[in-house]
Amino acid sequence: MTELASYNFAYLDEQTKRMIRRAILKAIAIPGYQVPFASREMPMPYGWGTGGVQVTASIIGPDDVLKVIDQGADDTTNAVSIRAFFQKVADVAVTTHTQDATIIQTRHRIPEQTLREGQVLVYQVPIPEPLRFLEPRETETRKMHALEEYGLMHVKLYEDIARHGRISTTYAYPVKVASRYVMDPSPTPKFDNPKMHMYEALQLFGAGREKRIYAVPPYTEVVSLDFEDHPFEIQTFSQNCALCNAHGVYLDEVVLDDKGGRMFVCSDTDNCEDRRAHGHVGEMLAQDPPLGKEAAE
Amino acid sequence: MIDSEALSGGFTHPVFQSQSAFRMLMDGMARPGTIQTVATDVGQPEPLRTAAGAIALTLCDHETPVWLSAGLGKSVVGEWIGFHTGAPLTREKAEARFAFLEPGITPASFGLFALGSQEYPDRSTTLVLEVAALRLEAGSGQKLTLSGPGILQSREIWIDGLPDSFSRLWIDNRALFPRGVDVILTAGRDLLCLPRTTKIAA
Repeated sequence: MTELASYNFAYLDEQTKRMIRRAILKAIAIPGYQVPFASREMPMPYGWGTGGVQVTASIIGPDDVLKVIDQGADDTTNAVSIRAFFQKVADVAVTTHTQDATIIQTRHRIPEQTLREGQVLVYQVPIPEPLRFLEPRETETRKMHALEEYGLMHVKLYEDIARHGRISTTYAYPVKVASRYVMDPSPTPKFDNPKMHMYEALQLFGAGREKRIYAVPPYTEVVSLDFEDHPFEIQTFSQNCALCNAHGVYLDEVVLDDKGGRMFVCSDTDNCEDRRAHGHVGEMLAQDPPLGKEAAE
Repeated sequence: MIDSEALSGGFTHPVFQSQSAFRMLMDGMARPGTIQTVATDVGQPEPLRTAAGAIALTLCDHETPVWLSAGLGKSVVGEWIGFHTGAPLTREKAEARFAFLEPGITPASFGLFALGSQEYPDRSTTLVLEVAALRLEAGSGQKLTLSGPGILQSREIWIDGLPDSFSRLWIDNRALFPRGVDVILTAGRDLLCLPRTTKIAA
């Protein structure tokens, strides 16, 4: 009996991995600069994280422990599919615990728990060019980065203030990396921007459709753009998490019924579960059972 | 006639050994001044050493012209890299994606290597420079204090056999940022990365 042909380890062929690995090394050497790479077709549509998956596939080894999050959650479609993909093609251990993972692939959130040295955070990026909506031509945005000409971005933020009285950009909030390149932190809420500054873990960004890889090494300055009289601010929440009572974390609003019922819960599910396991109880969990009153009506 | 030495060696498990070597390079680039040690033998011919051999096997292929310094060029190293990776050799420094330099070589300038352009600074040569020894504790050799991205405050390293002119060349290289070369120092099985962002104080 012949052995059935199987995928190469981590799906990509070795030549593709080498090409991506070379791009990653140059990306780390030039923090915030977008390195073009020959993005491959992946067995999932663009927009599902093909860039992040290619970066993860190029760096992952048999000893790695992978965590995948989608908007902070381990149990949503995108996260579950990508985790299953790597279990199948790389046979690696997976986890939902932030501190156990060596590689965390993320879509649009940074874990609430601080990462440690040696962990790698891989972002899925839809549009890597922060200047793209201001200048559609790649030749021009290249030149703007080359000349460090970021006036247009400040004009955009100023127009926000002129129109709304404040900078209304709430996600994909532009940052300047190591005092040189303006970078799109991917559509993470601006709540997460301060975490990127002097972060302990290596941050890698992969954009599959746009064919770009960029990186922020550990302990690198990442400054959100702002003005002296309109300093950068993050979102604040008046409520605590309804399940774990956490304060100062990013919360998602969940609509409960058609009578205006709603709850705010942690977007980082691992952090929330960990807090509940340690005995923290939010107001919705304290009601026992949570929906008992309504059921009795 | 091809030397049989050129056909020997290489990774025994290319997929996993190149992944492991790459992670050392990635961690090394992300944390300049840390020393990574390549454990596997790669059977590279003299005067190439283990870490430099592993770098060639991990990163070079038909897309990456390789430049060799005179001593390496005279040896079977070029044929070995060609056989195992398919990388073409070039005599033009400006065409090289990777350049391997034997110990004791002092390049007059990094300026003849590819430095990238202001628009595409990534299109630059990565230099793999062999030295006698890399140390994290005080010892013989030249002491360098590193700072910059990837380093919390600063990190001290001691290097035996670093060309005297290296600090001056590095200042010139730093001045070109974001253009410039990236350097990987190798000493036997050890390697240490110096991306172009790293500031060096002697």
